[in-house]
Amino acid sequence: MVADTKKELGGLSQAEYDERLEVFEARINRGEKIEPADWMPEEYRQQLIRLIHVHANSEICGALPEGKWIPHAPSLKRKLALCAKVQDEVGHAQLLYRAAETLGPSREEMVESLIAGKSKFSNVFHYPTKTWADVAVIAWLIDAAAIINQSMMAEGSYGPYGRALKRICYEEAFHFKHGYEMCITLAGGTKVQHDMLQEALDRWWGPIMMFHGPSDKTSTHTGTLVRWKIKLKTNDEQRQQFLKQFVPKIFDLGLTVPDKGLRFDKEAKEWHYTEPDWEEFKRVVRGGGPMTKDRVETRRMAHEDGLWVRQALAAAAANRPVPMPAGK
Amino acid sequence: MPTFETLIELNEIERDAAIDLLTRLGDDDLIMGHRNSEWTGLAPILEEDIAFSSMAQDEMGHAQAYYQMIHELSGDDPDTLAFGRGPRAYRCSSFVSLPNERDWGFCVLRQFLYDMAETVRLTALEHSSLVPLAQLARKLRGEEKYHLMHGRSWVLRLGNSTDDAHQRLQAALYKAYPHALGLFEPTSADVTLAQAGICPREEDLMRQWESAVVPVLGDAGLEIPEDVQPVNGGRVGRQPEALKELLENMQVVYNIDPSAKW
Repeated sequence: MVADTKKELGGLSQAEYDERLEVFEARINRGEKIEPADWMPEEYRQQLIRLIHVHANSEICGALPEGKWIPHAPSLKRKLALCAKVQDEVGHAQLLYRAAETLGPSREEMVESLIAGKSKFSNVFHYPTKTWADVAVIAWLIDAAAIINQSMMAEGSYGPYGRALKRICYEEAFHFKHGYEMCITLAGGTKVQHDMLQEALDRWWGPIMMFHGPSDKTSTHTGTLVRWKIKLKTNDEQRQQFLKQFVPKIFDLGLTVPDKGLRFDKEAKEWHYTEPDWEEFKRVVRGGGPMTKDRVETRRMAHEDGLWVRQALAAAAANRPVPMPAGK
Repeated sequence: MPTFETLIELNEIERDAAIDLLTRLGDDDLIMGHRNSEWTGLAPILEEDIAFSSMAQDEMGHAQAYYQMIHELSGDDPDTLAFGRGPRAYRCSSFVSLPNERDWGFCVLRQFLYDMAETVRLTALEHSSLVPLAQLARKLRGEEKYHLMHGRSWVLRLGNSTDDAHQRLQAALYKAYPHALGLFEPTSADVTLAQAGICPREEDLMRQWESAVVPVLGDAGLEIPEDVQPVNGGRVGRQPEALKELLENMQVVYNIDPSAKW
């Protein structure tokens, strides 16, 4: 690869750059992990910052549509489980902002970029959660789709991101079980409950099918990401894996999928489906989703409301460090 | 003083008094947990988002444990207790019903005052003549220990930092204090519980609580409100509008079909 700007060469001559790149790529090909202090091409750093930042934003924005339902959870068990789940998502944001910080930007900068509408978050969190069944569908199917993506990314070449993702996947596995159990309960419950679940699935199917990103035919990022083992599977491969694992389970619950083109090709052993509306996807992730403004505004409000606390923390740390309280 | 090894050893008057106590404790914890969980996703820093969610789960888990004990005494189902009662049947103090109003300073101060009240009460209940309650108190106090460390360190930190933080905390203290005293509103079960050795008199617990919170508030540079009249009423079901709204929110999905499994 030939770097075409001075910035990408990072002050090196072309020959030096090429030599370092060769060592870097050889390490990746041997399956070694790249650590924060290691040399890396500027493009690798920028791609990772972009990915991890978007991922962290998605966790913190994803806490909102689900968190909204904690006050309405209809049993003590569900209330506890949902609160624990959303807490995990916020914890994931914390882990991921930390992983991104190893590459340069601070958490504060990343959060400010989110609330200024300058950085993205996952398409699925741009939509509203309208009923209790939405929480079940998100916890089951969106967390399942996320596990497919994140367990693949966890094997990627950047050490801090991979380690954060391993912890995240471990927790997501609980969410997914909790979500599946909620779906089983609603699917096998009263007619009102079953219909509520079907209606939620109908609304979420489109966004879920877009979750893994644009089709391989059009995705602009996939090439480099795959070569540097940031990403080990293409978007379409992940989508196919999701369909293979979950469409049969959805049918088992007596639910239908709102895609007339969905059918299993026994010879090719894969699902055929109608391509989602990629124009909608682009519009949504660029800030035109039905809840985009609301999510960003809520994050902005929380960030601004909390400013005095962060200022007080900084002042307390600078002037009068608080001794650890006695553990009585 | 005789002890009650199991719940069935209580006579009818003691049993009703124990249910009164457990309902107060369970309702306080459920509503406090609910209020804490309203911060999930919205707290000033991610670490405190996680901390408030964690305390929310602890408090709601404690409510579940108290309701389970009521279930063993009366047969009432814990979910029905939480979701099937209106505000007048609730026995929580107005202190926990107070809305968060996006005021994290108020909420962290309230949590500190609440956790101290819990610690005082649970420490006393560890010696309750009602053995299952004493066992539960020991278990719960282990978790409250961490809540109290969290609340105390925040009160000290905020009280001694910027003028803005100090003023916010002072305003929160004036607002919270009369309601906090309402945590110790005596009920008709007060004497029975004390005589049977199940739980000390509320006025005794209030004195212990005040002597525990005052030094910490002083170290935070805060003025302690004087000659304050407690806001009572919650323990007899005279509940503020805020609880009515909270319960409407909390019970909205359950009420779609209370007989369904959710």
